[in-house]
Amino acid sequence: MFSKTMWRAVIGAALVAPFALTAAQAQDTVKIGLIVPMTGGQASTGKQIDNAVKLYMQQHGDTVAGRKIEVILKDDATLPDNTKRLAQELIVNDKVKVIAGFGITPAALAAAPLATRAKVPEVVMAAGTSIITERSPYIVRTSFTLAQSSTIIGDWAAKNGIKKVATLTSDYAPGHDALRFFKEHFTAGGGRIVEEVKVPLANPDFAPFLQRMKDAKPDAIYVFVPAGQGGAFMKQYAERGLDKAGIRVIGPGDVMDDDLLNGMGDSAIGAVTAHIYSAAHPSQMNRDFVAAYKKAYNQRPGFMAVGGYDGIHLIYQALKKTGGKADGDSLVAAMKGMKWESPRGPISIDPDTRDIVQNVYIRKVEKKDGELYNVEFVTFKGVKDPGKTKK
Amino acid sequence: MNSDRIVGALALKRSRWGWGETAFWLVAAASILLFSDRYLILTEMAWLGLFALSLDLILGYAGIVSLGHAAFFGVGAYAAGLLAVHGIVREPALALVAAGLAAMALGFVTSFLVIRGAELSQLMVTLGIALLLRELANRFSDITGGFDGLQGIVIDPVLGLFAFDLYGRTGFIYCLVVLFVLFLVARMIVHSPFGLSLRAIRNNPLRAAAIGIPVNRRLVAIYAISAFYAGVAGALFTQTTALASLDVFSFERSADLLLVLVIGGAGYLYGGLVGAVIFRLLQDVFSSWTPQFWQFWIGLVLVLIVLVGRERMYRGILWLPRQLGARLGKAKPAPSPGGGGA
Amino acid sequence: MTTLFTILFDGVAYGMLLFVLACGLAVTLGLMNFVNLAHGAFAMAGGYVCAVLVNRSGVPFFAALPAAFLASAAIGLVAERLLYRHLYRRSPLDQVLFTIGLVFMAVTVADYLMGSSQTFIHIPDSLQGQINVFGVGVGRYRLMIIVICGLLTLALQLILMKTRFGSRLRAAVDDPRAAGGLGINVPYVFALTFAFGSGLAGLGGALGAEILGLDPYFPLKFMIYFLIVVTVGGASTITGPFLAALLLGIADVAGKYYVPKLGAFVIYTVMIVILIWKPHGLFGRTAAR
Repeated sequence: MFSKTMWRAVIGAALVAPFALTAAQAQDTVKIGLIVPMTGGQASTGKQIDNAVKLYMQQHGDTVAGRKIEVILKDDATLPDNTKRLAQELIVNDKVKVIAGFGITPAALAAAPLATRAKVPEVVMAAGTSIITERSPYIVRTSFTLAQSSTIIGDWAAKNGIKKVATLTSDYAPGHDALRFFKEHFTAGGGRIVEEVKVPLANPDFAPFLQRMKDAKPDAIYVFVPAGQGGAFMKQYAERGLDKAGIRVIGPGDVMDDDLLNGMGDSAIGAVTAHIYSAAHPSQMNRDFVAAYKKAYNQRPGFMAVGGYDGIHLIYQALKKTGGKADGDSLVAAMKGMKWESPRGPISIDPDTRDIVQNVYIRKVEKKDGELYNVEFVTFKGVKDPGKTKK
Repeated sequence: MNSDRIVGALALKRSRWGWGETAFWLVAAASILLFSDRYLILTEMAWLGLFALSLDLILGYAGIVSLGHAAFFGVGAYAAGLLAVHGIVREPALALVAAGLAAMALGFVTSFLVIRGAELSQLMVTLGIALLLRELANRFSDITGGFDGLQGIVIDPVLGLFAFDLYGRTGFIYCLVVLFVLFLVARMIVHSPFGLSLRAIRNNPLRAAAIGIPVNRRLVAIYAISAFYAGVAGALFTQTTALASLDVFSFERSADLLLVLVIGGAGYLYGGLVGAVIFRLLQDVFSSWTPQFWQFWIGLVLVLIVLVGRERMYRGILWLPRQLGARLGKAKPAPSPGGGGA
Repeated sequence: MTTLFTILFDGVAYGMLLFVLACGLAVTLGLMNFVNLAHGAFAMAGGYVCAVLVNRSGVPFFAALPAAFLASAAIGLVAERLLYRHLYRRSPLDQVLFTIGLVFMAVTVADYLMGSSQTFIHIPDSLQGQINVFGVGVGRYRLMIIVICGLLTLALQLILMKTRFGSRLRAAVDDPRAAGGLGINVPYVFALTFAFGSGLAGLGGALGAEILGLDPYFPLKFMIYFLIVVTVGGASTITGPFLAALLLGIADVAGKYYVPKLGAFVIYTVMIVILIWKPHGLFGRTAAR
C-alpha cells in the first residue's frame, strides 16, 4: 500500500511537472519582439531592419550563451497605439525578454512606459529624436539621433565657405529637431539663414517650396525630409535648375539614403551630407556586410538596415556577457558601455544616456562604377548625442 | 387610426429585448473571463465598436455619410489626454464625459456644414474637416505635442478605485461598461419618437418635412449626439493606451471605421460592434500570420464579402449553429450576425 | 513678376496632371454612379509598367508612355468585365467596401513585386532642367506634361462632342435607361469608357512618377486628391473636373509659395468652401436622378 506521504509526493510531482517543463523551455529560448512598420508609408524602414536582423542571425546562428533566440516579428503600420498593444501583448503573453525595432518616434515613446513597468529592455533601431532614451531607463538605441548629424553638418558648412543657407524641412518633430540643431551650430559658426520653409509631411509636390529656395539665392539648401521623399526632392531640385544656379544641397544623411540614392539620377552628385553610415564606408567589415546583404536581398543596405544589424548584435553580446541571464536589469547593465565594430565604423553605447556614440561622416555623392555612392571624406570621431536635455 | 396602431405596435415590438441581444451581451461579459490573455485587443474592439456605433447613429438612422468621423474621435482623444496631462479632470469617467462634450460641441458647429450637402460632398466635407484638424494639431504642437504625440499622459484609477493594469483587465472592463451604458442610451434614442422621425428623414426627407418633422434640427441633433459618442470612443482610446498622437485624425481611421460598419451592416446598432470584432480579429490573425502582406488578405475578405453578399455569407457561417440548435430541439432565435464575443 | 508666371506655370502643370489622373474617376462616378476608390491602383499600375519598361528593358520613355496607357486600360477592361459590372446596382457603401478591398490587394501586390521603396523612372536628358522663356523659368518636364495633357483634354472633348461614341456616352450619362431603350448598348459603352479612364490614370501615373513619386501606397495617398478634384468639379462632365483640377493645382502651388506656413491648409479649405457654396461641385448638376 502507498503511504500517505508517497501519495502526496506523487500528486505533488504531477502538479509541478508541467510547470517545471515550461520553465525549462523558457530557460532555453529567449524571445525578442521585433515591432516595426511592415506596411504603410514607412514599410521600407521595417523591411530593412527585418532583413538585417535575419541576415545577422543567419551569419551568427540562433543560439547565444546556450540560449536559443527567437524573434517574433510584428507590424505596427506606424500607428503608436498598435505599437503599444503589440509590445504589451508580447511582454505579457509571449514573455519576450527584449522589445526592439520602432520605426518612428511616437512608436518608440508609446512603448517606453511598458519597458519601465515590465523592466524589459527596449532597443530602438530606427527612431531618431533625442528625447527617446530619456523616457525610460530600459531604452537603448542603436540607430542615431538627428542632433548628431544636424549639428555636425552645421559646423562643417559654416567652416567650409557656405555663408547663406535656405532650409527646407518637413513640418513634424524630427524635421523641427533637424532644423533647430543645424541652425544653432551654423549660425554660431557665422552662417546666415536666409529662408526657412517647413513642408507639410504629406506633400506631393515640392515645386513651390523649391521656387522659394531658388528666389532666396542661397549658397546651399539644407534639407530634411523623411526617408522616401528624398528622391522626389532631388529630382525636382534638378528640374528647377537649382544645381545650375550653383545652389548646393546639404543636410543630415536621411535625404541621401543608400536605399534610394541610385534612383535619384545624376542630379544628386555633389550633395554633401553628414551621416552615420554609407554603403561605401571603406572597411572590410562593411564590404562584407554590403556583399552579404546584396546577395540575400538583391538590394543595397541603408542606414536603417545597419541600425537593425547593430541592434541585434547588441542583444547577442549582452546575452553573452550576462551568460544567458535575460532579465531586463542585467541586460541593460550589460549593454551600457558596450563597444564594438559595426559596418558603419566603431560605435559604443553611452553608459549614462544609453544612447549610441558613433562617428559622423561628411560625405559627398559621387559616381563609382556607374552607381551613386556617398563617399566619406571627413570623419568626426565618437560623437555623442548633443540633443539631450539632461546633460 | 388603425395603421397608426400597427406602426406603433411594430416599433414597440422592435424595441423589446430579444434573446439574441441578451446572448450577445452575456458573451461579451463572459469574454472577461474567457479570453484573459487578449484583453488588449478586446479593448480595441470595445472602443472601435463604440466608435462604429456613433457612425451608425448618423449613417444607419439618419442617412448622413461621413469619411471624417475621426475628427470627433481625435478631439475626444486629445481632450481626454489634455485633461489628464494638466490635471484638470483627474477622474477618467468624468473626463470621458467632458471629452465627449468637447467633441459634441465640434459636431454641433460642423453639422451645419455637413447636413445640407449631397452624399459625395458630405463625404468630402467631413474628410476635409478631419484633415484640417490634423494639420491644426500639428501646427499647435506646443499644446498637442505635435507629431510625437501628447507626452506625459498618466491616467488615474477609474472612480479612484480601479487602476489600469499591465494586462489591460481594468481597461477592458471599463470600456465594456461604457460601451454597454452608451449602447443602452443609443437603443433608447433610436426607438424613441425622435429616432423614428430620423428614420423617416432618412427614407424621404421631403416627405418627412411635409408631415411636419423639423428635418434640419433633427439632423443637427443626431449629428451632435453621434459626435459625442465618437468623442467618448476617442477618450476611451486615450485613457486605455495613454496615447494621443496625430494619427487619431487620420483618413485611414475614418476609412477603417466605414469598413467596420459596412462589414457589420448599418442600421441595427449591433452592426458596428459585430464589425469591430470581425475586423480586428481578421487584422490580428492575418498580421500575425504574415506581418508584411496581411493587407492583401484583408482586401480579399472585403472583396469577397461584397461579391458573395453579406447576408449569404452570414447565413453560411450561421448554418452550423442553427442546425445544432434545431437538433437540440430548441428553436433558437436568430442570433445577431457574427455571433459577437471574440 | 516672372516668379508669378513660374508659379502659374507650375500650378497649371500640377493641375493638368491631377486632371489626367482623376478624369476616369469622374466619368465612372457620373456615368454609373459608381464610387471607384481603386482608381489610383490603375494609375499606379501604369506608373510601374512604365518604370519597368524604361529602367529594366531600356524602352525609350516616350514609347513607354503609351504602353502604360494600354496596360492600365487592359487591366481596367478585365476588372470591369470580371468584377465591377456586378456591382453597379449595389449600394454605394458596398462599392466603397469592395474598391477599398481592391486597393489593399493592389498595394500589397505592388509591394510584393516592386518593393516598398520609391521607384523612379529614368527620364531622358532632354526633359531635364529648365528653359528660359522671356525670363520665365519653365521646367521642360512640366512643359511636356502641359502639352500632353492639354492635347489629351482637347482630344477628349472632341471625342465626346463630335464622335458617335461620344454622343452615346453623353446619352448614357444623361439617362441610362432611355439610352438603353434607344438601342445604345450601355454596358458596352461603359466598359470601354471604364477602360479608357483607367488607361488615362495609368498614363497619369507614369507621367506623375517624376513629380508625385511612385510607391505601393500611391493609390491610398492620392485617393483623397482624386476625390477632391471630382467632387469640386462635379462628376459627370469633364470640363468640371478639368477646371477644378487647374484651380486646385494653382491654388495649391501658389498657396505653398506665398504662404508656406499655411500650405497644408489651402487645398482642404478651398474644397470645403466650394462644397458648402455648391454642394454638387462647381459644374455639377443637381441630382435629377
